[in-house]
Amino acid sequence: MTTTDEMAPGWEMVVGLEVHAELATETKLFSAAPNQFGSEPNTNIDAVSLGLPGSLPVLNEMAVELAIRVGLALNCRVQSSVFARKNYFYPDMPKDFQISQYDKPINEDGWLELPDGTRLGIERAHIEEDTGKSTHIGGGGRVHDAGHSLVDYNRAGIPLVEIVGRPDISSAEQAKAYASELRAILVTIGASDGKMEEGSLRVDANISVRKPGDPLGTRCEVKNVNSLRSLGRAIDYEAARQIDILESGGTIRQETRHWDEEDGRTQTLRVKEEADDYRYFPEPDLVPVDPDEAWIEEIRAALAPLPSARRRALADAAGVAPAEAAITVERDLDELALAAIAEGADAGRVLTHIENNLAVDGAISLDAASFATLVRMETAGELTATQTKQVLSELVSAGGDPRTIASARGFEAMDSGELETLVDRIIADNAETWADYLGGDAKKLGFFVGQVMKATSGQADGKVVNRLFAQRASTA
Amino acid sequence: MNDTALSIAASVRSGERTARAVIEEHLETIAAKEPELHAFNRVTADAALEAADEVDRRVSQGEDPGPLAGVPIALKDNICTRGVPTTCSSKILEGWRPPYDATVVTKVAEAGAITIGKTNLDEFAMGSSTENSAFGPTRNPLDPTRVPGGSSGGSAAAVAAGFAPVSLGSDTGGSIRQPAALCGVVGVKPTYGAVSRFGLVAFASSLDQIGPFATTVADAALLYEVIGGHDPNDSTSMPGPALGVAKALDEGVEGLRVGLVSEMMGGVIEGIDEQILARTRDAADALAAAGAKVEEVSVPAAVYGLTAYYLIAPCEASSNLARFDGVRYGLRVDAATTAEMNIATRTAGFGPEVKRRIMLGTYALSAGYYDAYYGKAQKVRTLISRDFAAAYENFDVLLSPTSPDVAFELDAKTSDPLTMYLNDVLTIPSNLAGHPAMSVPYGTGEHGLPVGVQVMAPALGEAVMFQVGAALERSAS
Repeated sequence: MTTTDEMAPGWEMVVGLEVHAELATETKLFSAAPNQFGSEPNTNIDAVSLGLPGSLPVLNEMAVELAIRVGLALNCRVQSSVFARKNYFYPDMPKDFQISQYDKPINEDGWLELPDGTRLGIERAHIEEDTGKSTHIGGGGRVHDAGHSLVDYNRAGIPLVEIVGRPDISSAEQAKAYASELRAILVTIGASDGKMEEGSLRVDANISVRKPGDPLGTRCEVKNVNSLRSLGRAIDYEAARQIDILESGGTIRQETRHWDEEDGRTQTLRVKEEADDYRYFPEPDLVPVDPDEAWIEEIRAALAPLPSARRRALADAAGVAPAEAAITVERDLDELALAAIAEGADAGRVLTHIENNLAVDGAISLDAASFATLVRMETAGELTATQTKQVLSELVSAGGDPRTIASARGFEAMDSGELETLVDRIIADNAETWADYLGGDAKKLGFFVGQVMKATSGQADGKVVNRLFAQRASTA
Repeated sequence: MNDTALSIAASVRSGERTARAVIEEHLETIAAKEPELHAFNRVTADAALEAADEVDRRVSQGEDPGPLAGVPIALKDNICTRGVPTTCSSKILEGWRPPYDATVVTKVAEAGAITIGKTNLDEFAMGSSTENSAFGPTRNPLDPTRVPGGSSGGSAAAVAAGFAPVSLGSDTGGSIRQPAALCGVVGVKPTYGAVSRFGLVAFASSLDQIGPFATTVADAALLYEVIGGHDPNDSTSMPGPALGVAKALDEGVEGLRVGLVSEMMGGVIEGIDEQILARTRDAADALAAAGAKVEEVSVPAAVYGLTAYYLIAPCEASSNLARFDGVRYGLRVDAATTAEMNIATRTAGFGPEVKRRIMLGTYALSAGYYDAYYGKAQKVRTLISRDFAAAYENFDVLLSPTSPDVAFELDAKTSDPLTMYLNDVLTIPSNLAGHPAMSVPYGTGEHGLPVGVQVMAPALGEAVMFQVGAALERSAS
């Protein structure tokens, strides 16, 4: 079995992702039952959630608005749409049909842009209702061999948007970048909380492999991927599995496969011997959704700036490539960065601090003016990198003025005369070691720098100390 | 003649009679005749008496319980009643108690009406004789060897037998109008969306409408006004309050344009009883005599209604009835796996006609057949609407017989489903078009059994429909 992270030579993979995102509404798609995670089983239910006879769906307008936000954010055509029934029997589906959208989805033909500028196609993003959740007890723990099953209908009827990506993805890394970007978009526009671990964002991957130039291979759909990391692992595993089969003369069977996180393998869940027949037909209990242009434009105007636009804005201000602004935007700290840069702080240092030293809770509340002042103190040589980091940490946790914090901690810029005296004293105190250093034992420099740092409680500027020792050596 | 809803409400509101006395009287009639007729799946005597006392209390305190104060009403047993079993005359729902009232149930209760029982029907409203009930057939009060029609046979029989002056049924392809005709009462199918379907157990969602039965057109109009109007719980319900129709009853038909549909008058659709055609012509003549302009009109696509209906209705039914799977409520027949339990439950719980239609619908929606069946049927539906719209450019209402036959004997048609389906041939087009239509008793046919004449009107044309219906009623008596 090939298990390298690299693609086997002579092969390419073709991946398309189907993402189900729970929409962040107060109530369910077709009823007033709460849309809430983590409640006691079967407490967020009502007649519609249970599909009781005589109950009728009433469309949640907020869900439509959020779906339109998704469509606009993914550069889709937002259009008049029709709900359809997808018919199949399953105990966690109360009506034994799912209300979804089929040939007339609300959003069609869009794309999203990765931080590196790649655009990946979106086929559609339609609205549908979620199913309940089954727990199979006893036997083999699967639906077909369990002793009995329990069903929780809390999730039944929660609004979903299903985002069907085009098979434009060519590596596990790119798939992760796509999913990550999509999640960032959904969270940014307030459409979904994007929590993969709670199942509010679920990613299924359609994977096939082929030799470059060949037609598309038979694909397998991999389900149960619960994190971005698993997504990458599952895709690499599955592509390698398919290549192994093909290289040993076998053929790929179209099937749905289950990712086993512990084993790090995919396993057959069910074989698709023929196309599923869901007997779709237009949902007669609902009328077509025909959002007028004015409403769509109102939603567009109110849309929060998207990650791609924010990366570009920050990159422009900082004079870097958009990909270098990605982490700052991902952490939602780009406004802080832009404000600090506008206050005259060095853009490179601002991004560095955000990426390395601000991955903490509360960072978002950091006052831009103080942050800018601090960075200016650093670049002016008033504080060392280490001191800056310590002041920054206090600014985040307790607030205050960076100058006051620095002086309270005794972070006065050390007089270079003072430092030269110290360097000379340490050389004199350790004459033998110094001789070794001069004799070619370059590692001894670390000892001397360390001594200075110890004597100054780490307040000396490492760069200056190194320079002073270098000077002493060259004049020795 | 039994008391009308109007006269009961007037006497109860004025304090002349108590609602309790009204209910007791009707319960006595039920006790006497119900064992033979089996109009009800359940008589809710105790709850009715309790509700009657509440109406009486309000009257005695000077309050007005509403336009249906103290009026007994029977409800088809596919209309949900909170805490009261709602079976659809199916074993699969036996014992199920809905946790809510249908919107129409709330509305009639708010108007002061008192539910006296849940009436028998063809299982899930699939049938034209009420013989497809899991709990046995209902008999026609006018001749107990005969069927009351269906599927709302219990509601029609209840009114005809004097068990209640008014009742509610549901009409998917004629299930109110045909039994009304066969039992000699008035039956109304409103415009699609005029009456909320919330709480009506769905058969074919795009066709189902709840509507009234009554002994008089005026009672039907009163009940129509009570149950109509927008309901936020039904997305297909039309905006605005119920249409006012009672005010049109006495307006006469002077100058109205009445079209006699030639395809439904023996011209194209075959098998319509001669005496029924004769009564329909009598009705047209009476309207002409009252000042209406009566002419024959052709509605060519109406002929295709039956075939389109027997695709669309089963398709929707196959999906609507999927939920009866033994998992959450109603019957469960245990088996080794969930799928086997589903199958065992549905096999035991559904009767043969329901199974037949589920299979028809499942087949017609299957990949590869959808366009040929469901798709084509929807196109026919559009054609029917278009042809009716064209006719309504020149006519205010259209006239036809309601049913091709008078009440037939039990078991006469049970062995051949297709013959049974033909009962609906004249009523189905209005369901497909979403238009209102009503059946008004008009004389008698074979064996002295009642004949119903159908008045059809364009969407939201209920006022003119009732106007003509009232004129027919006056000329018939």
